[in-house]
Amino acid sequence: MKTNDLILQTATKLILFLIVLFSIYIFFAGHYTPGGGFVGGLLTSGAILLLLLAFDLKMVQNILPFNYLYMVALGLLFAIGTGAGALLFNTPFLTHAFGDIHLPVLGELHLHTATLFDLGVYLVVVGVTMTIIQTIGGDE
Amino acid sequence: MEILMAFIIGILFMSATYLMLSRSIVRIIIGTTVLSHGAHLLILTMGGLKGGSAPLVGENASAYTDPLPQALILTAIVIAFGVTALFLVLGYRSYKELGTDNMEKLRGTEGND
Amino acid sequence: MINFLILPILIPLITGVLLIFANKSIKLQRWIAGLSAFLTVIVAALLVQKVRNDGVQTLNLSNWDAPFGITLVSDMFSALLVLTTSIVALACVIYSFKGIGEDREKFHYYSAVNFLIVGVNGAFTTGDIFNLFVFFEVMLMSSYVLIILGGTKIQLRESIKYILVNVISSALFVISIAYLYSVVGTLNIAHISVRLSEISGVSQPGIITVLGVLFLIVFGLKGAIFPLYFWLPGSYYAPPAPVMALFGALLTKVGVYSITRTYSMFFYQESGFIQQLLIILAILTVIAGIIGALAYWDVKKIVIYNIIVAVGVILFGVATMNIDALTGSVFYLIHDMIIKAALFLLVGLMAAIAGTSNLRSMGGMIKRYPGLGWTFFLAALALSGIPPLSGFVGKLLIVQGGFSSEHYWGAAIVLISSLLVLISIMKIFINGIWGKPRSFETENSVPYRKLMIAPVMLVVLSIFYGVGADFVYPYISQAAETLTNANIYIDAVLKE
Repeated sequence: MKTNDLILQTATKLILFLIVLFSIYIFFAGHYTPGGGFVGGLLTSGAILLLLLAFDLKMVQNILPFNYLYMVALGLLFAIGTGAGALLFNTPFLTHAFGDIHLPVLGELHLHTATLFDLGVYLVVVGVTMTIIQTIGGDE
Repeated sequence: MEILMAFIIGILFMSATYLMLSRSIVRIIIGTTVLSHGAHLLILTMGGLKGGSAPLVGENASAYTDPLPQALILTAIVIAFGVTALFLVLGYRSYKELGTDNMEKLRGTEGND
Repeated sequence: MINFLILPILIPLITGVLLIFANKSIKLQRWIAGLSAFLTVIVAALLVQKVRNDGVQTLNLSNWDAPFGITLVSDMFSALLVLTTSIVALACVIYSFKGIGEDREKFHYYSAVNFLIVGVNGAFTTGDIFNLFVFFEVMLMSSYVLIILGGTKIQLRESIKYILVNVISSALFVISIAYLYSVVGTLNIAHISVRLSEISGVSQPGIITVLGVLFLIVFGLKGAIFPLYFWLPGSYYAPPAPVMALFGALLTKVGVYSITRTYSMFFYQESGFIQQLLIILAILTVIAGIIGALAYWDVKKIVIYNIIVAVGVILFGVATMNIDALTGSVFYLIHDMIIKAALFLLVGLMAAIAGTSNLRSMGGMIKRYPGLGWTFFLAALALSGIPPLSGFVGKLLIVQGGFSSEHYWGAAIVLISSLLVLISIMKIFINGIWGKPRSFETENSVPYRKLMIAPVMLVVLSIFYGVGADFVYPYISQAAETLTNANIYIDAVLKE
């Protein structure tokens, strides 16, 4: 049976970007307020999942031609690298560094290496979720 | 509140045990997730239930909840999420490979005698 | 370098991640995996020496002070186990080059092995009870992957049961931690120990006993003690030889380590109920394992049941809780990790040559494979504790400790068990290696010489470990000392 997905497909095209934007916001908000890499990653994979429901797996793979396993590995590298960076300064593993810098346009910025760690978490979550979905949903 | 939580956790464990004793793999997997939910609620209850304040301690906070149980639960949830995903994929694979999701039929003694 | 004790965890972790990228080239994977395993051994050996010279090493992750953040602690006990783990891992990786098959290698086999080592080394090193749970899960997740990898029917069937048992035991672990947290309000092992002794100094609340039994169930499921070993023979039987060696040598030992650690830190001041329970269970474990080992005619099954015997023997030493028995237990634990890995690899090689693991259809291998035969013979003697090989010293000390704390029956059963272990393992030697030569269809496809490197390495190491007992004894007794005196550990962590 062929279903008519017009409403879902049209809505997806609009909502998708909103979800991705919101996930990016949540990701950066995680520093001082609720949010962070894990939730952000789940939201992004939710967005991709919506795309997958509205269209099909092949199209999603065309739009986002990533090897999600590599994405997991890359995320892990980010996370471990941030932790292991502390070894260079002879401080305990996972010790973070932070500081305020002044940028011309953006103004006062508070930078923290925990963001890099969170970026790793984000990549791992998206990668793992998509790997699972592809594995189960992949073969008909 | 603690009494209510105790009942909820008990019911969760009970349903989890019931589900895990059934034959279908899918029911067993659902049982394991319900079991882990029960365990997570137990951590929350055991850490001390307190409403109305944030887990973050300001310099002069008058009240705060213990953030540690929440951190533990988050970790445990992520782990349970991973294990459940793996278990689902395995259940699916073995259904395709072995042609059954009935644990009774997986009994086999091949290599056991 | 204050981060030294995290290196045996960090190196396999980074290697595991890098290997995901290298999945196209098997050759590159082998090089990376081999080199990093070798590097881990060296680092772990340096760590042991550092602990010997400077005492217990601690590292407060993320620079949070001891009872609040996660602390990693390397005392001699954990450092020695980390070293042994790394050696076993190196041997298994070397064996895998020829013995696992390219199909599995392509599917991230070496990554999974490395993550397994992360979990095992982490569980040995961590000083935080919840972190122990996390490392357990890392280890279990990788073991799920390793047990499924290949996807043969028997593997799928057994892995479902294996995962289910472990998921339940993980849930129980979380539950026990929740109860423990409600009693003491901390997760740092040293701090828990202090708090528990404050509580039990005032009265003897029953909750400590409940906690002790809960932890015993959790770790007993992982460590395969009676009556929780039921899942082990089936699950360990399914995967190929190197994976079986990793599982048999490492996974149950993590359970044994956790029991030892929690009992020496938390429950040593408990009323004595747990000690009695542990002694009885240890003896029953020995008996159950012996029955299995004698009953089966399958080479893998015989060695698998010998794991259960060894767990029982070690736990008997731990449960008697005097310095002799504990020294013996540590000695025997390390011996058993090395020799079990060697035996599993040898048995796997025999099964590969014969094309079956059924002992009745083997025979006469010594004719064409004398190296295999005699290595197996030495390993069998070492396993059952014939002097001067490595099992002897450990068992002697355990039995001595058992007698000196008047557990005559237990000590006698441990003594008799070594004889029966010898019978069960000699059954393989007499029927499989001795006897009339047979020809096997599959034997020519087995790269025999290359596969022998790893088991020979382990057996030689085990011989040195036994003959050079004088040399290793100071290390072992330092490990046992921390186990009998919790204050050494506590002072090092809390720096009071």
